[in-house]
Amino acid sequence: MANYLLRRLLIAIPSLLGISVILFVVLALAPGDPFGELTTNPAIPPEVRANLRASLGLDDPIHLRYISWLTAMMKGDWGYSFVSRIPVDQLILQRLPTTLAVIGISQIVALAIALPVGVYAATRPYSIFDQVANTLAFVGFSLPTFFTGLVFILIFSITLDWLPFVYRTGIDASGWRWWWEQFRQSIMPIMVLGLFQGATWTRFVRSAVLDVIRLDYVTTARSKGLTEGTVTMKHVVRNAMIPVVTLVALQMPAVFGGAIVTEQIFRVPGIGSLLITSILANDTPVIMAVTFVFAALVIFFNLLADILYGWLDPRISYS
Amino acid sequence: MTEDELRSLIGRVKRGTLSRRGFVKRVAAVGLTAPMATQLLAVTGAAPAAAQSMPAYRPTRRGGGGPLKILYWQAATLLNPHFANGSTNQEAARIFYEPLAGWAADGTLVPILAAEIPSREAGTLAADGKSVTWKLKQGVTWHDGTPFTADDVVFNWEYARNPANATVTSGSYKDINVVKVDAHTVRVEFQKPTPFWADAFVATRGMLIPKHLFQNFAGANSRDAPTNLRPVGTGPYRFVSFAPGDLLRGELNPNYHRENRPYFDTIEIKGGGDAVSAARAVLQTADFDFAWNLQVEEEVLARLEASGRGKVNVVDSGNIEFIQLNVTDPNTEVDGERSSIRTTHPAFSDPAVRQAMNFLCDKNSLQQFIYGRAGKATPNFLNNPPRYRSEAMRSEFSIQKANEVLDAAGWVRGRDGIRAKGNVRLRFVYQTSVNAPRQRTQALIKQAAQRAGIDLELKSVVATVFFSSDVANPDTYPKFYADMQMYTTTMTEADPQTFMNQYVSWEVSQKSNNWQGRNVLRFRNEEYDRVFREADGEMDPVKRTAQLIRLNDIVCGSHHIIPLLSRPNVSGQINAMRTNLSGWDNYHWMIADWYKEA
Repeated sequence: MANYLLRRLLIAIPSLLGISVILFVVLALAPGDPFGELTTNPAIPPEVRANLRASLGLDDPIHLRYISWLTAMMKGDWGYSFVSRIPVDQLILQRLPTTLAVIGISQIVALAIALPVGVYAATRPYSIFDQVANTLAFVGFSLPTFFTGLVFILIFSITLDWLPFVYRTGIDASGWRWWWEQFRQSIMPIMVLGLFQGATWTRFVRSAVLDVIRLDYVTTARSKGLTEGTVTMKHVVRNAMIPVVTLVALQMPAVFGGAIVTEQIFRVPGIGSLLITSILANDTPVIMAVTFVFAALVIFFNLLADILYGWLDPRISYS
Repeated sequence: MTEDELRSLIGRVKRGTLSRRGFVKRVAAVGLTAPMATQLLAVTGAAPAAAQSMPAYRPTRRGGGGPLKILYWQAATLLNPHFANGSTNQEAARIFYEPLAGWAADGTLVPILAAEIPSREAGTLAADGKSVTWKLKQGVTWHDGTPFTADDVVFNWEYARNPANATVTSGSYKDINVVKVDAHTVRVEFQKPTPFWADAFVATRGMLIPKHLFQNFAGANSRDAPTNLRPVGTGPYRFVSFAPGDLLRGELNPNYHRENRPYFDTIEIKGGGDAVSAARAVLQTADFDFAWNLQVEEEVLARLEASGRGKVNVVDSGNIEFIQLNVTDPNTEVDGERSSIRTTHPAFSDPAVRQAMNFLCDKNSLQQFIYGRAGKATPNFLNNPPRYRSEAMRSEFSIQKANEVLDAAGWVRGRDGIRAKGNVRLRFVYQTSVNAPRQRTQALIKQAAQRAGIDLELKSVVATVFFSSDVANPDTYPKFYADMQMYTTTMTEADPQTFMNQYVSWEVSQKSNNWQGRNVLRFRNEEYDRVFREADGEMDPVKRTAQLIRLNDIVCGSHHIIPLLSRPNVSGQINAMRTNLSGWDNYHWMIADWYKEA
């Protein structure tokens, strides 16, 4: 096991290096520069722009820039944002709590919908419940989040005037009122993301359970006289969960990455909106850091999924 | 009306034999607008130069107004005005930092940290135009209690011009000299007579930072100053917290130097999202009190406004959406450069073709159907302040006239309906940035051109590329590798001198200056260069106004540019809000005067 882990971790290093090289080159080749707005401003002489570029090291050749980025990253220095002049890690840390709260809860909501609905639908295939659940799931993952987001705003903010559609991090309240305000402003983005994810996962859970429930050992378990609940929970679900775990584990990096579209609609200051504004502003250090963290998380959760297999299914062994 | 006649009329107003109202009436009869007439009086000293159009401020005590919530659809990322690239950052910094004076909506100066506006009468403006003396307001303190003095003003000059700091304000400070006269007086000295003396320490680029907090961070370590993100200024609100790209919060400054101000107890600027939903959050749901720069289609804006909770503000500015007809040939390469000034455009070198193109732009339809309140059809490149607006230019939409002009010049239709003369065909590439109203404008003009036998090939470039200074990219607007292009050029101060340098021959954008020159059109005209130089050193305001108007007439009269729409600033606020906005300064230039009607 330890051997396996070590091997996997060693393989991860060249992949991460490769990813960082590709990211860096693509960003360096992309058109535009961080001072686009300055070019149209008559009051700013060209030498000021040249000076700014030089002060940020933008005029150095690309390999030098990459090497200096890499050595700094190794030392734990993530660099400075071009546009806000503060350390990138600080910028990301500022966004992390909101991202984790909103996106994290939405994933929990999605699981809370997908698992019971999917399993129940699979144990009674083609029943009314299954048909309704299937239809709703289909509708749910066919509608893009930007559409449901706008529909929610139209209904709950504009027509009914119940919920605010601008997410504010600085709520002037404490105690219960704070929680209540927080709930009011988070519920729409959470539900938009949760329902979309939940719909996708429901169909996946259902088909995974359906695959297992027809197998002979399930019939055996039933014939032993076990209750239906025990059969489903202990024998069916545990085995059916293996592919689901992969899917959920691979989805976890997305929690940190945020949800770009939904964050933009509701103005949630998450990592997704940080990424998109950085891309629009050509803020290379921030884009590099966010995408790199993202890549590292994908690799890490892949590994985690593999290890979880072993725990769920003892037949899989890594020694 | 000639300059002499004008001058004698102004003389009569000064002597008191003609009332100001009588003056306005007389000059209106010959076509000068009323604002232009009052401005003429102001610049010649026949009436006070300071603003007279400031809205009344009603609150009778400081504070008690609750929170002020502002929504920006782009978010501030840093709070040092000398590093503020982009208007969002300037706006955010303006809450805490103030300049010596700001520009009011009518293009006149209002003292903020200055005790008064320098003038010839007070002897603070040198007759030779080589220096200006600013008297500072007494008793002003920074948010940390330290008094504001002339040392701070001098420090800002040193800070901004220091190349190691790479400030975006350096253009306003690098060629001047600043001397401390006494604790509350500074003198700005210019190398040559400078009629436009109100640039340094004024408005957007004049916001002042405290010496005692920045003096240890001037130079290579300027980016590390903690106060870059935690401002300590003199403004009406004190800093509370800041999350770059998201939220900025401030609270009332109890020691603010103007009485009964500010009205609000706290201030909050939320950033991010898009313009339409920002308009909605103010006009329709009233969740926020003010939203900035509402670039939203008129139809949508009018519908949101119909819900009756907020209204749209339209404030005139000098920004203009216009088309350039390339002077040079974009399809011939000379020494690795297209659109080189050693070539001439095969079709646009004929004045008839340029004139025809001018006849084909239906500006009124653009205003009516596309831009609405956010664009006013205009025949002029220089539109504001009104005192600089030319009355000589006319524009007309007429496909018939375009056809006549082209027929007369010998451009005949070929079998495909496209006109040609010799081996030159009227087929042009027309480029602009990706932006819905611009693509609709392109389509409208293409349609009209087709009916006059001109074929336009439409091209749209992503804004981040089009408006970049990327030397390697052929699609940026300074390269102008197309026959025609369209964009908005901005006028950042109430004086047109810098704005009009876009057509002087030494600013031509070309390979030798890395396409950094401001003259993107590559327009070269001896008279233009000469009049521009004259205006640059002309100390007589009336003469100078006439010269600047002449510059507009030369370039517009050449038909190498087609001014389309003057673009006012559009913002939204809830019904109870009372703001004071100006097209010549930041939206927040007078935020101390904002209040809510009970």
